[in-house]
Amino acid sequence: MSTQKTAQQVSALVSGLVFGIGMAISGMTNTERVQGFLDLAGAWDPTLAFVMGGGLIVTFIGYKFVLKKPAPLFGDTFHLPTNTDIDKKLLIGAVLFGAGWGLVGYCPGPAIAGLSYAYPTTLLFVATMLIGLLLARFISRRL
Amino acid sequence: MHPFILALIGGGLVGLAAVMMMALKGRIAGVSGILTGSLTESGAERIWRILFIAGVIVGGALPVFLSSDFKPPIPQSGILLTILGGLAVGIGTGLGSGCTSGHGICGIARLSQRSIIATCTFMAAGFIGVYLLKHVLGGQ
Repeated sequence: MSTQKTAQQVSALVSGLVFGIGMAISGMTNTERVQGFLDLAGAWDPTLAFVMGGGLIVTFIGYKFVLKKPAPLFGDTFHLPTNTDIDKKLLIGAVLFGAGWGLVGYCPGPAIAGLSYAYPTTLLFVATMLIGLLLARFISRRL
Repeated sequence: MHPFILALIGGGLVGLAAVMMMALKGRIAGVSGILTGSLTESGAERIWRILFIAGVIVGGALPVFLSSDFKPPIPQSGILLTILGGLAVGIGTGLGSGCTSGHGICGIARLSQRSIIATCTFMAAGFIGVYLLKHVLGGQ
């Protein structure tokens, strides 16, 4: 493996570590708190707005600097999404995702970041989510 | 520390991870997309995704060594609800090409119209889902 390839793999690992630490510190791995944020009609818990806020401020400013450069440090190009269609798949997908997120209180990042606690609910959620991600590839071709 | 401050710091770290991923490797730090690729790609394209996911798992375990307050309580969903929720989140983020990290953080930070619409839609669906669960069905 070339040095650049190794540097890329290490970058992914370290970014994942920082991401997971952030998830655990922020409170996103607590499904009660997530559902509390989504429960507008109950005792609304605004905590997650601060997670989104903190994440967006850093990413918005960071991307401004990073995307001015011709290429990433250990790669040839920036892989940015090119699809700009607001289509059925996007909307149906977002509705399904939001509903599932509300029902259990997990979105993909926090569910993965909570895996180390080995709660049966978390393991079952991640397993069915992976099946769902694979199913989506088949459903996507038919939509 | 107040939960709002921890949330802000945690969110900032998630943002930092997203910026690192773009600056170093030129990739969006979207967990649902990376998960899919970890199952469907091969070779180096698969390995970096598995390493990212491994990092998230280990990273999620680390703050507990600082304080047991970071250990999340056991999720309260029953088996059926968990299966339905997991499938909906998987199929939904697969079809919609992104979740809270990919659309909600990375996409909105690029001012992507698609991500802004996706985020508003899944937040609205989340509000409705919890409303039905807690106030109509009267579940946990």
